[in-house]
Amino acid sequence: MTLALVIILGFIVGASILGVVAGRRVKMDLENWTVGGRRFGVVIIWLLMAGEIYTTFTFLGASGWAYSKGAPTFYIMIYGTLAYALSFFILPPLWRVGKKYGLHTQPDFFIHRYQSRTLGVMVALVGVFSIIPYLQLQLTGLGLIVEVASQGAIKSQWAIFFSFLLTSVFVYTSGIRGTAWVSILKDIMMLAAVGIVGFGVPAIYFGGFGRMFHALLEQHPQHLVFPGSTTHMGVGWVMSTVLLTGLGFYMWPHVFGSVFSAKSDRVIKRNAIIMPLYQLPILLVIAVGLTAFLVLPDLKNGDLAFLALVAKTYPAWFLGFVGAAGAVTAMVPASVLVLFASTLLSKNIYQSIIKPTASEEAVMRLSRVLLMVITGLALIFAIFFPNELVNLLILGYDGVCQFFPGVVFGLFWPRVRKGAVLGGLAAGLGVVIFLIGSGHDPYLGMNAGFVGLVVNLLVTVIAGGLSKQEK
Amino acid sequence: MRKGTKLALLLGLIPFLVLVGALPLVNRLYPVILGLPFLLFWILLWIALTPLILFGAYKVEQRFNRTDKERS
Repeated sequence: MTLALVIILGFIVGASILGVVAGRRVKMDLENWTVGGRRFGVVIIWLLMAGEIYTTFTFLGASGWAYSKGAPTFYIMIYGTLAYALSFFILPPLWRVGKKYGLHTQPDFFIHRYQSRTLGVMVALVGVFSIIPYLQLQLTGLGLIVEVASQGAIKSQWAIFFSFLLTSVFVYTSGIRGTAWVSILKDIMMLAAVGIVGFGVPAIYFGGFGRMFHALLEQHPQHLVFPGSTTHMGVGWVMSTVLLTGLGFYMWPHVFGSVFSAKSDRVIKRNAIIMPLYQLPILLVIAVGLTAFLVLPDLKNGDLAFLALVAKTYPAWFLGFVGAAGAVTAMVPASVLVLFASTLLSKNIYQSIIKPTASEEAVMRLSRVLLMVITGLALIFAIFFPNELVNLLILGYDGVCQFFPGVVFGLFWPRVRKGAVLGGLAAGLGVVIFLIGSGHDPYLGMNAGFVGLVVNLLVTVIAGGLSKQEK
Repeated sequence: MRKGTKLALLLGLIPFLVLVGALPLVNRLYPVILGLPFLLFWILLWIALTPLILFGAYKVEQRFNRTDKERS
């Protein structure tokens, strides 16, 4: 067994043990399992949110895009910043509603605010359908990272099987508390890996950041402005995409639900202020991709730019450490995704429409059973059909961002009722499915999800305005 | 809407103006600043300034909204 292998397996097992320990001495009821008893302070919330948001996509995707596409990858740094600025205004009132009425999930909010089970079920279904491909992407990314970082010693399927099984064990025992604790380890590992490689490779190959950019400016200037080395990711694409993803960001059911685990609305507000700082390390990831673009111009798979450059530059054990960081980085979001997928199904589908008399204990038990079911299904998909669902991910983002009008008007515009939100949601989803299904994404240079969101907003605003007379 | 909220919202609008609205104007390589092409420099600058802007919004809300409450 090589050192790299020991490091990768050691961290995966260690992270899972940490996750299990997190739930000890806490009586696990639904409140503790899904929202950590609403007791998280600024530091834990920050780490938890960062843990959910900085996923394998950030790791492989940001460097991969920097490598193969160039400037369009900057959108990743922008949309997060917009989302945090927005969250400063939206999340504290949302937290207060959640606290007052004991809400656990996103559909809970819709059911409470609009007094409509139909709307809750619809939001839950769109949420689960969006979560599944997202989860898939984490698992596929995890397999890829571990296989490459162990230099083929651990096959992708085994990495996925082993890590995700352990992940669901700590979700089973500790719920969101497990995710929060593992996030701490994940953040330290990720920042160490990104810091060392991000400052390291430009210095090693070019003598510093500025010189690396200088070389790029001389050899490939077009790579550093929109649309970079693509044909369709121009300024219009970037603007519509950052708006869409910035608005949709907190609409992901798992990120939305995590808001409720904060101790107070002030914690949420302070968190919004410091979160943008977390966007800056992404620059380092991008710099690695750009360095790889100059040093290793002939890679077949751009997503492997980060790992390929590490393999070329550093000893095998360090590659192992980067692989371990990548694996834990996938386990954290995977854990919270599977947690919320099972809670949405048990609380907002089963309890809402199948058996409204079910007790909180019964919902909790069912959530745990569903956790195992979803784990099994996700594993089967990730291992046997790894590429089938990736395209659905785009649909996932375009889908969850359609919740935006319902959430924002729900908080700030009392006149808007369930009919307006249902109509807007249906119209937005319809437009998205039609545009993507008929191959019109991007439409007029704009992201299809953005077009759907504009239609959705218009319908909701007009219907909301008309409903005035009813009152 | 209370004065503090209004001022805070105006501050909150800044990231959207500079990081979305202004993109067509800053999609350029030169001048190179601190070794970074201008587009990237611009984006990083405003990402780094956003926490300060939001902190300002926090302070403004505290200050004006509290005096509102005390007066009424």
